Amino acid sequence: MKATPRSIKHHFGTLLPGCKLAELKGKLIVLEGADGSGRSTQIDMLKDWLENLGYGTVNVGLKRSTLVAEELEAAQQGNILSHTTRSLFYATDFADQLENTIIPALRAGFVVLADRYIYTLMARDTVRGANPAWVKSLYSIALVPDAVFYLRVSPQVLVERNFRKNATLSYWESGMDTGMSRDMFESFMKYQRHIQAEFRRMQAEYGFTIINGNRKPRAIHAELRAKVQEVLSQSS
Amino acid sequence: MNKTHNHPGRLIAVEGLDGSGKSTQVYLLKRWMEMQGLKVFFTEWNSSVLVKEATRKGKKRQLLTPTTFSLVHATDFADRHERQILPLMRAGYIVLADRYMYTAFARDIVRGCDPRWVRNLYSFAVVPDIAFFFDTPLAVSLDRILSGRPSLKYFEAGMDLNLADNEYDSFKIFQGRIYAEYKKMVEPEGFMVMEGMLPVEKQQAMVRKYVEQKIDLPSFRWRGRQ
Repeated sequence: MKATPRSIKHHFGTLLPGCKLAELKGKLIVLEGADGSGRSTQIDMLKDWLENLGYGTVNVGLKRSTLVAEELEAAQQGNILSHTTRSLFYATDFADQLENTIIPALRAGFVVLADRYIYTLMARDTVRGANPAWVKSLYSIALVPDAVFYLRVSPQVLVERNFRKNATLSYWESGMDTGMSRDMFESFMKYQRHIQAEFRRMQAEYGFTIINGNRKPRAIHAELRAKVQEVLSQSS
Repeated sequence: MNKTHNHPGRLIAVEGLDGSGKSTQVYLLKRWMEMQGLKVFFTEWNSSVLVKEATRKGKKRQLLTPTTFSLVHATDFADRHERQILPLMRAGYIVLADRYMYTAFARDIVRGCDPRWVRNLYSFAVVPDIAFFFDTPLAVSLDRILSGRPSLKYFEAGMDLNLADNEYDSFKIFQGRIYAEYKKMVEPEGFMVMEGMLPVEKQQAMVRKYVEQKIDLPSFRWRGRQ
């Protein structure tokens, strides 16, 4: 019998203690984008489509770990986290999901749908003045995804969608802690532009796919579906 | 990586195994400084209120892997560093730290984390002006801990490493490996090694003398106070 060739997973420079990359058979698909970019809608649609095809799926995202999600939320409410502490808190949340959800799911051959990944975390840290080399090393434990899609939506459209959803802008998504502006609307626009610039820079480095998110959900889904199909058809 | 600091304050760290006597020594050093009217602040490993709940839960429910164990401790450290250590260093305090980043270097590396990754985590930290290492023979520190306290906690005993099937044996092997990591750091990190077998008051006299030589203590007195 001939062994089936398949793509082997990689990490970003640091192997987690006890992790065997060759055992990871599933696919890791990442959707990135700001709040209001339509990420969750697209994740839901992809999940339905994949499960309909018979693929096992698992969802992960930011602040969803068993270990620190609640504590992180509480600390953020109090607005008492300094930058480095917040970075490390998020990194802990990420690492917990990586080791306890993502890796076991990949080992079992599932498709992992990540509603945001290390790129958002790195962009947030960098925009807040963290040393880029420090941030990169921190997340060097992450697995390289099989595909990363970045839903790019112009700040104007983001504002509209956020208002339609909540009637208010989020303190954190407006980057109010960065002191860019005391005016929330102005801060939101500035902060999102900084984040987008950081994503453009990362796109060159990590080569992820930019998706025009200013369109209707159906149109975006059709494009994503075609691209995910390609990933799935790669030997696995 | 970490560079020598330019803050008006001074940082003194104490390191060593559990049962090495370092906490006693740093306590006595603090008392001495307070009685001289010096601006002194004491901070302890793993004590940030912010992160405590997560650490407690993780340890109690044994949710921690080497990586998340390392990260929760780094988060705890960052919180204390950003909110206490750094501001106090800038304000011209003498900061005394019972365990510092070297504790993480030793423990996390023994747990199998990549040494470069762990060191990078702490690369934002101020480098201590003095780092004392209380060097007690392994057998002695083990005896001090194991005779005084019958039950060892899971992570404290290094049970997550599957070194032995009971806490007692596991603790001994785990501490032995940490001790070896500390010894490796003595030279590159410039530890001031203290003979941990000497009587408490002898060690303290040596600690005080060394601190006096290295730090101009009178310049750290409270101003505007008699």
